[in-house]
Amino acid sequence: MAVSRIDQKFAQLKKQGCCALVTFTTAGDPDYDTALNILKALPAAGADIIELGMPFSDPMADGPAIQASSIRALKGGMTSRKILQMVAEFRQTDAKTPIILMGYYNPIYIYGVDKFLEDALKAGVDGLIIVDLPPEEDNELAIPAKAARMGCIHLATPTTDSARLTTILKNASGFLYYVSIAGITGTQEPDIDAVKKAIDMIRGQTDLPIAVGFGIKTPENARAFADFSDAVVVGSAIVNIITDNIDQEGLANPALEARVLDFVKMLKAGVHKAKRSKGEE
Amino acid sequence: MSPDKNTYRAGPDNEGRFGKFGGRFVAETLMPLILDLEEAYRASKNDPDFKAEFDDLLAEFVGRPSPLYYAERLTEYLGGAKIYFKREELNHTGAHKINNCIGQILLARRMGKSRIIAETGAGQHGVATATVCARFGMKCVIYMGAKDIERQKPNVFRMKLLGADVIPVTCGSQSLKDAMNEAMRDWVANVTDTFYIIGTAAGPHPYPELVRDFQSVIGVESREQILAKEGRLPDSLVACVGGGSNAIGLFHPFLDDDIDMYGIEAAGHGLNTGKHAASLAGGKPGVLHGNRTYLLMDDDGQIEEAHSISAGLDYPGIGPEHSWLHEMKRVKYVPITDQEALEAFQVCSQYEGIIPALESAHAIAYVLKLAPTLPKDHLMVMNLSGRGDKDIFTVAKALGTKI
Ligand SMILES: Cc1ncc(COP(=O)(O)O)c(C=O)c1O
Repeated sequence: MAVSRIDQKFAQLKKQGCCALVTFTTAGDPDYDTALNILKALPAAGADIIELGMPFSDPMADGPAIQASSIRALKGGMTSRKILQMVAEFRQTDAKTPIILMGYYNPIYIYGVDKFLEDALKAGVDGLIIVDLPPEEDNELAIPAKAARMGCIHLATPTTDSARLTTILKNASGFLYYVSIAGITGTQEPDIDAVKKAIDMIRGQTDLPIAVGFGIKTPENARAFADFSDAVVVGSAIVNIITDNIDQEGLANPALEARVLDFVKMLKAGVHKAKRSKGEE
Repeated sequence: MSPDKNTYRAGPDNEGRFGKFGGRFVAETLMPLILDLEEAYRASKNDPDFKAEFDDLLAEFVGRPSPLYYAERLTEYLGGAKIYFKREELNHTGAHKINNCIGQILLARRMGKSRIIAETGAGQHGVATATVCARFGMKCVIYMGAKDIERQKPNVFRMKLLGADVIPVTCGSQSLKDAMNEAMRDWVANVTDTFYIIGTAAGPHPYPELVRDFQSVIGVESREQILAKEGRLPDSLVACVGGGSNAIGLFHPFLDDDIDMYGIEAAGHGLNTGKHAASLAGGKPGVLHGNRTYLLMDDDGQIEEAHSISAGLDYPGIGPEHSWLHEMKRVKYVPITDQEALEAFQVCSQYEGIIPALESAHAIAYVLKLAPTLPKDHLMVMNLSGRGDKDIFTVAKALGTKI
């Protein structure tokens, strides 16, 4: 079986002693073309793994920034099919960078789980993070995804104890996403010591790489979390740059793409400064 | 939980499913809480002290049992079935919502929680929640769509008088579904001290089950009362359905009896206008707010805004047990438009001297259609889920009257 792009990426970074930078943007925000341009330029700017948000009308786990970006994308006519089309277009220019779709279950359920998995794999999607599917609902998507060899990234949170972690890890693949705050995206500041402790516990129970996300906003933050995790995820802070660079009609100003990418470069530089021990290989 | 067990009352199963409906579709952060809640609920069910305290509060604070009232003039006017009203509008705070709130606040206290959050549409659940919070000395935060705050002003003021913080929700359709999103966001961010009192028989397991159980006092009482008055069970039951708590509360104790049941959905401007809240008649199964159930949505799975003149029915979903009862064809779900509800609102006021809630007026509208087609010995029980004081401004506006 071919090694997945996600596994390859983490193996490569481990050799280099680097932590991965994972960027989150919403597919179709502020419009299809701008979002695609950003997507294509992200790897060169420093994104090791790309999370692409699937906009949903009722983003219950998201704060105001990502809520607004979802609404913009939906107003612009974003659909599941167009998201997959966007990934396919990206794949024509980049064969290596893993793409993870992050979103809510209903659009996938309505698309049809098996059909979605088939089309998403064909488009070049490597993994899924579906925030309203806890392990209790693994039969819905995680298990079919596993069978189809699609990564199914599970979440652990500050409310996760060791027993719960065992349940979460059962069908987890790709990496484990540690939600650094009990809360919604882009709101509170994570408590770094608490996160570190949680990651230590998780490392005792799995060899999966561990990503940390939900409250990381600056290159300094990113660097601090990169010291002890395998990937840091930055979402709302990137989305905020998009929000700040569109006019009242939602049209992107000419500097938007460059500003987003400059910020990603700064994040990458921050992650690079992390004091990480090199991998054993 | 399959019908071959010869019962419709066994659900949900261990996964929180009624057939394929229900489940626990929530963020991982909430899962440990939901599992704790389930455990606390199971323990309380086996605890005679819990039951005794619940019953005592229902009697002394809520004023139960609510009467099963023979609607004599309406029966004569319609000339068919003999109509009884289950008078939930006589409860303290004016609707059935308080039954569930009493149960859930006792659970919250048992779990050591000190802060309560809730969503509200019409404001009835918000008022009921604020009421039990005042009664038990707990902090109370109510999320309410900005649009609903506008059309339910008296209830907003009531909640504030009771000491609650009412937080306007300005995202999305600014009504019940968005209030629920915002309550869920609050909950994820306040997991240690906060209990979420969901106001209808929907949401992640075990909410649909526990709300139903707390509301089943409606059906249990109705059963005793009709037996005492008529010496037999009714032939039909009618209740309006928003999320479905008053309906399932009335229906559940009767599900295995040979009784016709009608759940009335809000058809707004009409099913073919796209402006309605009839998720069974106009929606399809999907996943939102923690459960799989019938929902209004577009072809891409994006949830659509509901419309109803009644804020309490203005929700694009329905509780999962109703979706199951619908597919099992055990309960018939019927749409009623804004216009029909407005007419029924006036008929009930003028023939029975009871101003009903606009939600309940949907059930009455169906009684107006159904009762005349039935024989005089047909016994019909309709759940008068709430009183209409909160709605007089909306109704006046709809009738073109200035007050
Ligand atoms: C009086 C009344 N009836 C019915 C409803 C609808 O809710 P449910 O379907 O849960 O009974 C409401 C909701 O606010 C209400 O206030």
